[in-house]
Amino acid sequence: MNLYEYTAAQLRDMLKKHKVSSKELTQAVLKRIGNVENKVHAYVTIDADRALAMAEAADKRIKSGNAGPLTGIPIAVKDNMCVKGQRTTCGSKILNNFIPPYDATVVGLLKEAGMVILGSANMDEFAMGSSTETSYWGPTKNPWDLERIPGGSSGGSAAAVAAGEAILALGSDTGGSIRLPAAFCGVTGMKPTYGAVSRYGLVAYASSLDQIGPLCSDAVDAALLLDLILGHDPKDSTSAPRSYEPCVNYLNKSVNGLTLGIPKEFFNKLDNPETSTAIEDAKSEYEKLGVKFVELSLPHVDYGIAAYYVIAPSEASSNLARYDGVKYGLRARDFGGMIDMYCQTRAEGFGDEVKRRIMLGTYALSSGYYDAYYLKAAKIRTLITQDFHNAFNNCDAIFCPTAPSPAFKIGEKMNDPIQMYLTDVFTIPVNMAGLPGISIQAGLSSDGLPIGMQLIAPHFEETRLILLASAFQQVTDHHTKKASL
Amino acid sequence: MKITHAEVDYVAILGRLALDEEEKARYQSQLDDILKYMDLLAEVSTEDVEPMAGPIELYTPLREDVSEQSLPIEVALSNAPDPYESHFRVPKVIE
Amino acid sequence: MEYEAVIGLEVHAQLQTNSKAFCSCSTKFGSKPNHNTCPICQGMPGVLPVLNKKALEFTVRMAVACNCAINEISRFARKNYYYPDLPKNYQISQYELPVAEHGWVDIAIGDQSRRIGITRIHMEEDAGKLIHDDKRPVSYVDLNRTGSPLIEIVSEPEIRTSEEAAAYLRHLRAILMYLNICDGNMEEGSFRCDANVSLRPKSESKLGVKAEVKNMNSFRNVQRALDYEIERQTAELTAGGRIIQETRLFDPAAGVTSSMRSKEQAHDYRYFPDPDLPPLRIPPELIEKVKSEAPELPSQKKERFINELGIPPYDAGVLTVSRQLAEYFERVVELFPHPKQVGNWIMTEFLRAMKGTEEPDLTCCPVSPEQLADMLKLIENGAISGKIAKTVFEEMFATGKSASEIIKAKGLTQVSDAGAITEIINKILDDNPAELEKYLGGKVQLKGFFVGQIMKASKGKANPGLVNKMLDEELKKRAC
Repeated sequence: MNLYEYTAAQLRDMLKKHKVSSKELTQAVLKRIGNVENKVHAYVTIDADRALAMAEAADKRIKSGNAGPLTGIPIAVKDNMCVKGQRTTCGSKILNNFIPPYDATVVGLLKEAGMVILGSANMDEFAMGSSTETSYWGPTKNPWDLERIPGGSSGGSAAAVAAGEAILALGSDTGGSIRLPAAFCGVTGMKPTYGAVSRYGLVAYASSLDQIGPLCSDAVDAALLLDLILGHDPKDSTSAPRSYEPCVNYLNKSVNGLTLGIPKEFFNKLDNPETSTAIEDAKSEYEKLGVKFVELSLPHVDYGIAAYYVIAPSEASSNLARYDGVKYGLRARDFGGMIDMYCQTRAEGFGDEVKRRIMLGTYALSSGYYDAYYLKAAKIRTLITQDFHNAFNNCDAIFCPTAPSPAFKIGEKMNDPIQMYLTDVFTIPVNMAGLPGISIQAGLSSDGLPIGMQLIAPHFEETRLILLASAFQQVTDHHTKKASL
Repeated sequence: MKITHAEVDYVAILGRLALDEEEKARYQSQLDDILKYMDLLAEVSTEDVEPMAGPIELYTPLREDVSEQSLPIEVALSNAPDPYESHFRVPKVIE
Repeated sequence: MEYEAVIGLEVHAQLQTNSKAFCSCSTKFGSKPNHNTCPICQGMPGVLPVLNKKALEFTVRMAVACNCAINEISRFARKNYYYPDLPKNYQISQYELPVAEHGWVDIAIGDQSRRIGITRIHMEEDAGKLIHDDKRPVSYVDLNRTGSPLIEIVSEPEIRTSEEAAAYLRHLRAILMYLNICDGNMEEGSFRCDANVSLRPKSESKLGVKAEVKNMNSFRNVQRALDYEIERQTAELTAGGRIIQETRLFDPAAGVTSSMRSKEQAHDYRYFPDPDLPPLRIPPELIEKVKSEAPELPSQKKERFINELGIPPYDAGVLTVSRQLAEYFERVVELFPHPKQVGNWIMTEFLRAMKGTEEPDLTCCPVSPEQLADMLKLIENGAISGKIAKTVFEEMFATGKSASEIIKAKGLTQVSDAGAITEIINKILDDNPAELEKYLGGKVQLKGFFVGQIMKASKGKANPGLVNKMLDEELKKRAC
């Protein structure tokens, strides 16, 4: 087995026992990147020199005996997390030369833990997309089928893990951007509770929805990475001032007696037979473990997408106003005067989907439309959240597919925004309510494409998701299947 | 049409996006589709429903009033497209 | 038709905190351009705001001083507009739920008191500065001020004249300075004001179309701008025209306001709650703390000066314009408990020496309250005359020396020695026989002439009370 095929947990043990050095591991991953990156295109920026230097430092730390659980493990971060001194573009031309003079809080945590940062993973421009096709740097391919999209917007992070181009990755999830690519690339990905991971240094798309989380091979690795990144950050006013129980305490535990809720609104929409079968099989596995299932209703989730596409673009239209060619980033070459400089810079620097969402959000907030769109959507968000809270009175977590179908072909939905938006139908409501959600591998389609299932828990119950995912992965082998490249 | 050509113009200038006629027509038709989809929202009765203040219950935290070192000037301007003598230079702003 | 002006004022006051509203950069004025910036106030990607506790406390102080109702829960909102001095191209402000609402202040217009309603007080962040190049078509952006904490105080449209507007502004400024939360410097822009002006027929209650007037950076300019604007609107309406809702800039050199066309194509600020800042809860303990620590406000001080110290209302008004001056006065009174006399001195000699503008800067006053009190004591015990005291005071002011030092060095001690005075009196009477004769013949007003001559001969040092008394005695003697 190649080094890049091991999980972080396995590698941690090998590093600890000095069976391998972080440098050897990092070299193996860099070599893998060298071999497959031209096919997958998981990265925007790779910094091999820095990675090797970090690996050497990690080896020293391991030798001196003060290594943490993730010291020396190579990781990819999504290109929307600021890495001090390294170009961070958010998948956009408008930031193609932006070098942050600061680290995102999560990046700081990775560095403190002695992890090896390989580089920045490709993504939909400003995280706006479900396929990683809107990246200025070109699409990332799904390692399971290079003609298909990896999901988005954290497609680079998911593909890097699936292709062995990173052991672990960080993604961000605003409407499904971790869980959807996790499902499409056959990896485990979690969006934690809103406020559980610091957003400081995460380039904002929609501030009330964005959340950083792990993409990795299995629940064990997810637990390791979550235990590093969950925590209060005084630099983020929306960060919850609380402490977190270690997720690793919830591995390999019994789920006997737990109840999973099946929201009928989600299952009614499921018309892909292979996804249905995979989800049914997963349900049977859980039943064997003593898990009970109850059907329940989330009456307002059907309005989730419409409300999301008001709120997220509204916030985005304001968040993205700062890209104006004055302080950093691109400035158009030809313009006539100040206002035209703004308009030309933004026209040149932003791609089609970003412009569309800026237009939509600007419209929804503009005079005369605010009440009908933004305010209405914010109220519906309250109703969706109440639905989930009510549901959790009758179950410990909610169980559903991550996506309506497996990964689609590159270009298939690019000219139909609404079809693209509907890909996130099962994931968006979770962001609307700020809940934690995990996507794990449920099986493969007849075409050999991964199918994901999603578990959703009440606020700050990340440990419950780890418990459920880990129990499932103990008795199944879907998560061990690898894409053949 | 849920959104007029004039509204597309208006929104483009509010959002500071230079769009050509072809783009405007395309965005108009796409935004129209999206806004039609959003008619769904009107189906929901939201009487007496508070708009969501935030995904989790939280109040704005307060920071002590302590001033800290700012960025060194060369770092502060390191990403500037057109720095000039410790300033960001821009086309003339007409008051 | 007779029109009435309806004026509402929006005051922006920069809070004197050490660090900015949402980041830890210094708020120090006068640093080199862009030297007080960080990723947060530069609006770099991914950065987040964290509110300055002091800024909130200061806002609550002002809200309490203006008798406002404080909202237990308020919200920050984004005001979206593009301008190069606003790095995020939105300003963190408050919209639907400000910190405080429904307050009032009582202002004095002559000897009348007027209550002006305060609509709201909210917190927001300041923008940076633009410097325009004279020769080339470029501007320069300085973000040092960006993100400094401001409060905006919005009045009800209850102000009717430019005098009332100026009095209201002076009053707010004095409160801010008494509360120690704003330096009140209008030229440096830490106290700024915009006005909404409209006219309506006198009997009418419906509001007319308003113009917003900006760029008035002194009290005098506020009055001039409002007078001009009222006149302009009156002329427009009288001529059958109508007022356009617009923003107008005051040009202090020309003394006129003019339309600020096309600064932006549209004013559509698209306010919405800032998702980076959860609801702001103002703990009742903070409000209690602020109330218990509230200093005496100018109006309260003025009342006390009038009622307890017997200071005339006008003087009490002047003495309480600034907290510094009022405290100076009170300190002198503490050491020399004759408030009226102290008041007179401060109102006349002292303020004249301080270059007598309405608000002297006492931080650079060379005469300490202790020194002034000592000098007043010297007048009281007859060591110097009131007239000499004026000279002594000028000297104190110029040199910073104490009164007794100056008196000693210049030999200005008052002559209260009866023998010496008798000698001078006799000499003067003897030297002016003709005048003496006339006096004795009934022309009693010539006494003033003798006093003058005696004081002159004593080089002003003779105790005038004593001179009068002894001269009367001597004249009586000679009449016999």
